[in-house]
Amino acid sequence: MKNTPLYQQHVHAGGKLVEFGGWQLPIHYGSLVDEHLAVRSAAGVFDVSHMTIVDFSGPDAKDYLRRVLCNDVATLNEPGTAMYSCMLNQQGGIIDDLIVYFIEDNSYRMVVNAATREKDLAWFSNQSANFDVQITEQPDLAMIAVQGPEAIAIASELLPKALEQSAVELGRFQSVWNNQWFVATTGYTGEAGYEIALPADDAPAFWESLLKAGVKACGLGARDTLRLEAGMNLYGTDMTEKDTPLSSGLAWTVAWQPEDRNFIGRGALTEQRAAGVSHKLVGYVLEGKGVLRSGQLLFKGEEEIGIITSGTFSPTLKQSVAFARVKSEFAADCEVQIRKNRLPVRCVSRVFVRNGQPAPAVV
Amino acid sequence: MNVPEDLRYTQSHEWVRLEDDGTVVIGITDHAQEQLGDLVFVETPEIDSEVESEAAVAVVESVKAASDIYAPVAGSIIDANADLADEPELVNTDPYGKGWLYKMNPTDATEIEQLFDAESYKGFVSEQA
Repeated sequence: MKNTPLYQQHVHAGGKLVEFGGWQLPIHYGSLVDEHLAVRSAAGVFDVSHMTIVDFSGPDAKDYLRRVLCNDVATLNEPGTAMYSCMLNQQGGIIDDLIVYFIEDNSYRMVVNAATREKDLAWFSNQSANFDVQITEQPDLAMIAVQGPEAIAIASELLPKALEQSAVELGRFQSVWNNQWFVATTGYTGEAGYEIALPADDAPAFWESLLKAGVKACGLGARDTLRLEAGMNLYGTDMTEKDTPLSSGLAWTVAWQPEDRNFIGRGALTEQRAAGVSHKLVGYVLEGKGVLRSGQLLFKGEEEIGIITSGTFSPTLKQSVAFARVKSEFAADCEVQIRKNRLPVRCVSRVFVRNGQPAPAVV
Repeated sequence: MNVPEDLRYTQSHEWVRLEDDGTVVIGITDHAQEQLGDLVFVETPEIDSEVESEAAVAVVESVKAASDIYAPVAGSIIDANADLADEPELVNTDPYGKGWLYKMNPTDATEIEQLFDAESYKGFVSEQA
């Protein structure tokens, strides 16, 4: 099992360490709920050094990414801008989801999931045969996410001086960099904040400076509950290679225009769209007491209509919320089977919480 | 780790207190609540049901996971802690007091003597760590 450059900090802070995608990382440092609420109300910091950073450069880098990703990097015009995309196989199945940053002409940075690292790197390599593109993993960079309404104000002052002002001026989904420090206004919590790639040697001191400034150390547990409340999918749980963006609530990530861009999976997605999508990923709220969990089945009358892919107790809403993949014609209120009981659940948008507030449709 | 001397313990981390009237009170240990983290829901057992020893009778759920609670001995369920419906966190804050889960009338009270005492439970937990 691998340790991140912040392993000593986790041990020192009393983090409860678990294995995740081959890495030893904290699930929490005492209270998942306190960590979650700190991110919604102030600021929290996550060690996300396990995430895989890959750089793409060379004369064909742009054309290569326009082939490999279902979203279109050609729409990124300003250096530093970023987009979320899926990477599909020929059948339209999702190999991984990722964020890609436009650095300069024919130079891009991508952050993919840790658990899919090996298959992603193999796929990148296999698809590059006809392109002049250099694909370079950056395993020596650490990555720290600072998230919450106070995250930018606190963290920007602790960045290297050369980045302090430019980092404050970033809009959403933008990035700036200096030497090996890369600062982006992306995240996985539904709050404002930064994701920062930095040299491993600089990571412990930066982490400590954030804690000293009052930012709360947060584990993988809060990361999962925050992303679920924010309506963000988890690869391997809410979607796999058996699912397409159209059946995973990610149709908005498919750039159909221009029609002559032949991204991998386009043919299969076009057929699926024409035939009608059989399943949808939707949100549910449990009105009564209990907790929705991955694997629980949904029923309309006696008909089984779907399955919960991610479920949790929502610390912000104080009730349970979930994503479920359901037959498209049944994407409505229904019942969930929890042990011996069938309980009513209400179908809502998958975004349960945004910027610290419950989404209007949920309350 | 708080392990009161006057209680008995199971391998599945329940504590058992024998009352003067021959009934028993059951909860989860301080170690168990710490491992589970913040509890957000407790499904207590059905009162008046007859259960076998080691039967799954209740469920405690933290934000991340649901865990079964087992009957330490055979018998009938005679009471359950109704306060946990609105305050599941009592199990975290006071696992041996206000966070009790349910009460049983054991079929055979001598079964309780076969459970861990405080010393052997502490040994069991440290072996697992």
